[in-house]
Amino acid sequence: MYRTLILAAEEPHNPVVPQLAEVILGLVAFLLLFFVIKKFVSPRFEALYAERTAKIEGGIEKAEQAQAEAQRTLEQYKEQLAEARAEAARIRDDARAEGLQIIEELREQAQAESARIVAQGQHQLDAQRAQIVAELRADLGRTAVELASKVVGESLEDEARRRGTVDRFLNELDAVAAPASK
Amino acid sequence: MTEMVLASGDKFVAPGVKDFFLPPIFGEVTKPMVLLVLSILIIGAFFIAASRNLKLIPGKFQFAAESVYDFGRNNITREQIGAKDFKPFVPLILTIFCFVLVNNLFGLIPIIQFPTMSHIGFPLAVSLLVVYPVYHFVGFKRHGFVGYLKHQTVPPGAPWFVLPLLIPIEFFQKFILNPLTLAIRVFAAMFAGHLLLLVFTLAGEFLLLNGGLTVIVAPVSFAFALALTFLEALIMCLQAYIFALLSASYIGMALAEEH
Repeated sequence: MYRTLILAAEEPHNPVVPQLAEVILGLVAFLLLFFVIKKFVSPRFEALYAERTAKIEGGIEKAEQAQAEAQRTLEQYKEQLAEARAEAARIRDDARAEGLQIIEELREQAQAESARIVAQGQHQLDAQRAQIVAELRADLGRTAVELASKVVGESLEDEARRRGTVDRFLNELDAVAAPASK
Repeated sequence: MTEMVLASGDKFVAPGVKDFFLPPIFGEVTKPMVLLVLSILIIGAFFIAASRNLKLIPGKFQFAAESVYDFGRNNITREQIGAKDFKPFVPLILTIFCFVLVNNLFGLIPIIQFPTMSHIGFPLAVSLLVVYPVYHFVGFKRHGFVGYLKHQTVPPGAPWFVLPLLIPIEFFQKFILNPLTLAIRVFAAMFAGHLLLLVFTLAGEFLLLNGGLTVIVAPVSFAFALALTFLEALIMCLQAYIFALLSASYIGMALAEEH
């Protein structure tokens, strides 16, 4: 009680005047802390930051690589797709051309066939006609002569004359019929 | 003798300088000395623990430590010194910031409740014996002896006829005033703040115990003490920031090519 009384009554220390002990202690304590932070703390944090920076940059680089890779693949696919499309178009064109060709060939064949059939028919027709004409000529000649001999009442004895008359008649007949058949 | 009687009597004795210089705890060791040592143990332990196992993706604790470190590194040091030269000064500025901050905040922590920096010896040790030599040393090293003196005392672009006036002023400011104001700023703020808190707290206590009807206004006093506590918390952080910021700024100016 007495001691505190004395102290309290003492003239207080001027607060603006530093106490040497405190200055020294302050300096030592500060330098100690500074040493710890400089030696142990700061390098670790800086290393961490460097590592983090590297990691982030590495990550970005990796992402860019992946993107480039994806881009390349996409290009490749597009190219393949375009190729496939072109090929499909070509095949389609080929098929169409081939189809046309086949149709053309078939048509030619058909035409040739029909021409052949027509020609054959014509040929047969011609042959039959010739035969018929020949038969008719003989028939008609005989009939006409018989008819004429009956009508005229006289027998045309002279063979040569008879033949000449008939032929002349038939030729005239031919000449009339030929333009009509043509 | 009279003071003691008054203090124990029924008359209010305003707190004063004597409350900042309490008797030593043991031997020559006083409370602020113990607190100072405690502060460096706290800061050191915090950072050592946080930086022991740093991960690329930080946990909560590491994130907190990184925030403090980043603040000292990027917001103060890099901002003031420039991206080119700031790296070597990061530990120094970070130490200053944490050192001042924790010692200031001691003023608010229950039981401790004493801002160490309200004893001028501590900030003065940092400003006059650490910051001052450092920034002049790097300045002399960067610009040469005469070059640095000229760099610091002759503002570029000043007309020649004001130089006789400017040079002594600049010299006085850069070589004598700066370290002192740096220390006095934080000291005065802490001293005044602690005194204010003491006034309102002790007044509230006095009104509560010794008064008759005055008991009614005691809560007002306590409310003021509470409000001031929040204000003090702001000032404590601000002063630590300013101390570190100005230290970095002095170094930055000493290193700068031009003003």
